[in-house]
Amino acid sequence: MEKITFATQLLQYLITGLTIGSIYAMVALGFIIIYNVTEIINFAQGEFVVLGGLVMVVFHVSAGLPLVIAFPATVVLVMLVGILLDRLAIRPIRKPSVLTLIIATIAASILMKGVAMVIWGKDPFDLQAFSGRDPISFFGAIIQPQYLWVIGFLILITISLSIFFNSTIIGKAMRACADNPDAASLVGIDTKKMILLSFALSAAIGAIAGIIVTPISLMEYDRGVSLAIKGFGAAILGGLGSFPGAILGGLIMGTIESFGAGLISSAYKDAFALIVLLAVLFFKPSGLLGSVEISKMKRF
Amino acid sequence: MLRISKLPIAIFFAIIICFPWIAKHIPAIGHYPDLMVFAGIYCLITIGLSLLMGYAGQISLCQAAFYGIGAYASGILTVRYGMNPWLCMLIGMGISALVALLVGAPSLKLKGHYLAMATLAFGIIVFIIFNEEVELTGGPDGMRGIPGLSLFGFQFDSVNKYYYLVWAFVFAAFIFTINIIQSRTGRALRAIHSSETAASAMGVNISRFKIIVFIYGAVLASLAGSLYAHYLNFINPSTFDLFVSIKLLIMIALGGMHQIWGAIIGAFLITFLSYEWLHFFGEFEIIVYGGILLLVTIFLPDGLAGIPGIIKGWFRN
Amino acid sequence: MKKHMFIFLGALIAFSFILPYTTFAADSYKVGALFAVTGRASFLGDPEKKTAVMVAELINKAGGINGKKLELIIYDTEGDATKTMLFFKKLVNQDKVCAVIGPSLSGTSLAIVDEAKKLKTPLVSCAASYKIVYDAKTKKQRKWVFKTPQTDTMAVEAIYSYLKKRGINKIAIMSVTSGYGKSGHGELVRLAPKYGMDIIADEKYGPKDQDMTVQLTKIKGNPPQAIVNWSIGPTQVVVLRNWKALGMTSIPFYQSHGFGSRKNIKLAAGAAEGVLSPLGGCVVATALPASTQKDVTMKYNKDYQAKYNEPISTFGGHAWDALYLVANALKAAGCDKEGIRNELEKTQNFVGQHGVFNFSPDNHIGLTWQDAFYMTVVKGDDFTLAD
Repeated sequence: MEKITFATQLLQYLITGLTIGSIYAMVALGFIIIYNVTEIINFAQGEFVVLGGLVMVVFHVSAGLPLVIAFPATVVLVMLVGILLDRLAIRPIRKPSVLTLIIATIAASILMKGVAMVIWGKDPFDLQAFSGRDPISFFGAIIQPQYLWVIGFLILITISLSIFFNSTIIGKAMRACADNPDAASLVGIDTKKMILLSFALSAAIGAIAGIIVTPISLMEYDRGVSLAIKGFGAAILGGLGSFPGAILGGLIMGTIESFGAGLISSAYKDAFALIVLLAVLFFKPSGLLGSVEISKMKRF
Repeated sequence: MLRISKLPIAIFFAIIICFPWIAKHIPAIGHYPDLMVFAGIYCLITIGLSLLMGYAGQISLCQAAFYGIGAYASGILTVRYGMNPWLCMLIGMGISALVALLVGAPSLKLKGHYLAMATLAFGIIVFIIFNEEVELTGGPDGMRGIPGLSLFGFQFDSVNKYYYLVWAFVFAAFIFTINIIQSRTGRALRAIHSSETAASAMGVNISRFKIIVFIYGAVLASLAGSLYAHYLNFINPSTFDLFVSIKLLIMIALGGMHQIWGAIIGAFLITFLSYEWLHFFGEFEIIVYGGILLLVTIFLPDGLAGIPGIIKGWFRN
Repeated sequence: MKKHMFIFLGALIAFSFILPYTTFAADSYKVGALFAVTGRASFLGDPEKKTAVMVAELINKAGGINGKKLELIIYDTEGDATKTMLFFKKLVNQDKVCAVIGPSLSGTSLAIVDEAKKLKTPLVSCAASYKIVYDAKTKKQRKWVFKTPQTDTMAVEAIYSYLKKRGINKIAIMSVTSGYGKSGHGELVRLAPKYGMDIIADEKYGPKDQDMTVQLTKIKGNPPQAIVNWSIGPTQVVVLRNWKALGMTSIPFYQSHGFGSRKNIKLAAGAAEGVLSPLGGCVVATALPASTQKDVTMKYNKDYQAKYNEPISTFGGHAWDALYLVANALKAAGCDKEGIRNELEKTQNFVGQHGVFNFSPDNHIGLTWQDAFYMTVVKGDDFTLAD
């Protein structure tokens, strides 16, 4: 094994940081989609990721379905869970203050974690990497093929979302709900349907994140909370409500962790990312790309 | 909502005073005073949190950090430096107040979810420090040998003695907090909650009030932490992690955050559910816990403290 | 809606009154067990609980102890210190158990060692740290506390002496930031000078981290002669995959004894090949030479596989040892706490899942690393003895 240079090390930190950051970005996107329509931070977002990974294990490994069938089947199933979450936990709430809604999503995440534990047990599960595990060498740094899948899917999701929200009627209707729900319902948009759709969409993105990260990090029932915190942090860092912000926030969080661990101290790497987040908030309370208006809204 | 009638308070504390005697005569609940000590410790934190969230309308996901700062101040100063426990308790409260001021001043300018994230981040950072600074805190294996409390030669060395000590603190905090709520400060807080702009126009110094309440909550949490440390004689970081902050939030929501009683009811219910009643369900415990929480959120949006109001409503109809 | 709420509240109130009244069989020996069955340390508590339940069944099927049934009362601590304390007091004061086995974690064990003394109840911990039985103030073994697992000190000594034998002295260590990793990390650092080990890198990662490429890349910049990793759960598998992907397989990789489950080899999907770890007898039962140790461990492997349809892990064996030790003491002393404690302390040549236990007033650990650990290397899908 040849020794690697400092430059190669830095490159490796960047590659790994961007990959992990892409996962955070996907979780953050899930947060933003629901937030934009409902102003709820859905703390069960991490559970969608966990379910994505675990359901995929059932379809792909246990049932032996080929990847191209198991993948969409998993996404659809988790979307159904997202819809159920809205129908059973969010919509029935009689006095929906934001805090009550947050508690409802926390309750739902506890419930989902418990159900996942009973169904899948406590052991971690593995998925095969989509295109093998033979690492690709890149200027001396190593790229696992699955890294490329993760980054690729983030790009794909970003493009699809921007097409959806900018060029389709439903997407535009969802944006209208986000801007002004009362006006939206006046012009005949069914706000409830849009909320339902936002939950389905964000569950789908969570599921995709879960499916593609499992071959890298394995998946077990209680990983949701840590992913949700990272994703929430990314969404806040980028500025709540902003899609580019969520992606930027995720990538920055991942990269800071990676460089922090590589260059300063791996024990405190999570703290570095959070300190940067706090510093940004103190100087720019609306996050990097968030609108000042949203940050000033007070909904408790 | 601002007027809090005195009769329920008197009845409640009368029950608290008699409870150890009742428990002694019913074997099946003989160990309940032990649980009540922890319920009381949680009550101290939720009372402060209730004032912050329910009355001032500010969210905090870092109460467990202040709880931990109090506990570790007591633990470290008594075990490593052999200081007087009561003095350590005060020092812990002082440190918490200072930290709350430093963190609160910039954080409380943040709104809504941004504030939630900032407090969450602060809580996690504090936890990481407890976990990593092994030399000082003992790391994840924790710190043991923290002495018990005594006052003028009187040792609080049994469950019942400690029970009365903790509940005396809760009583004091409760009365003090009610006085705050019913004072000019309380009205100012309500004003902030309903509309910051309006409150500010009326001449309420919003940020000052918010910081004061934040510090008050932190000091109470710190006191709770010290009481915990001296009771269990042992502390470890996971007692003060993010999940505990969330649990405290759940207590407030479950009990009802717009009434001070909600803080007490929530602390009681969650303590007994998670420490006693739910383990009957074995591995399904977590599902039942989540389920109960969800049902309460859906059907009782004002928490359990809202039930009397609902019943009154029925009679009126 | 109103009706539903009434039912719901009624049920809640009913719970609080009905639940405490659970009845117990009269003619039995009660033993309490505190395991972290769910929560962050479920990888310990889950196999421990399963094992303890199985052992109790086996004992009762064979006629019980002195004709009495062994009744196991298990509480799930979730790895929480407060819960552990409350449940321990409840076991002693309410359930009136003769002895307690567990808790699963060093932290939760340390939380109740003083209470065990106060309540004069024998406690056989299933956690690693030597501090559980050793009181640094009096420099004596705690009177009422014993433990069955090998200590981290032993595991580190087993690894370091093996490294030394191979002429390796420049190492990198990696550890997870949970209690398990922290405690191993402490011993790795503390014992390094004694074995002449030079730790040239000391990397950490969180228990829920997705990837350890960064930490390994850092190590790669200044390659050591060996890497010693101390973690548990998914991270100990992920780190192996990263080690392989980064092409670092020429640097031998040592795992802690926590690696001892065949599930981990399977999860690593080929990346565990050649990985070394010091493991207790029960995990390498098939590779052991014919002996009582082999018979005992083989039987446990077979029973567990048959009952739960999954391979054993190293941790379940600790509960096996703890419960049989208590059962033997019960047989000799009956339900007399002081007697049980004395019998436990007198235990000699007890062949358990992790070696031969010899307790004495100066030794409440009972094992030595020389016979409690076998250095193993992963070949194919199994652990084999390393030379």
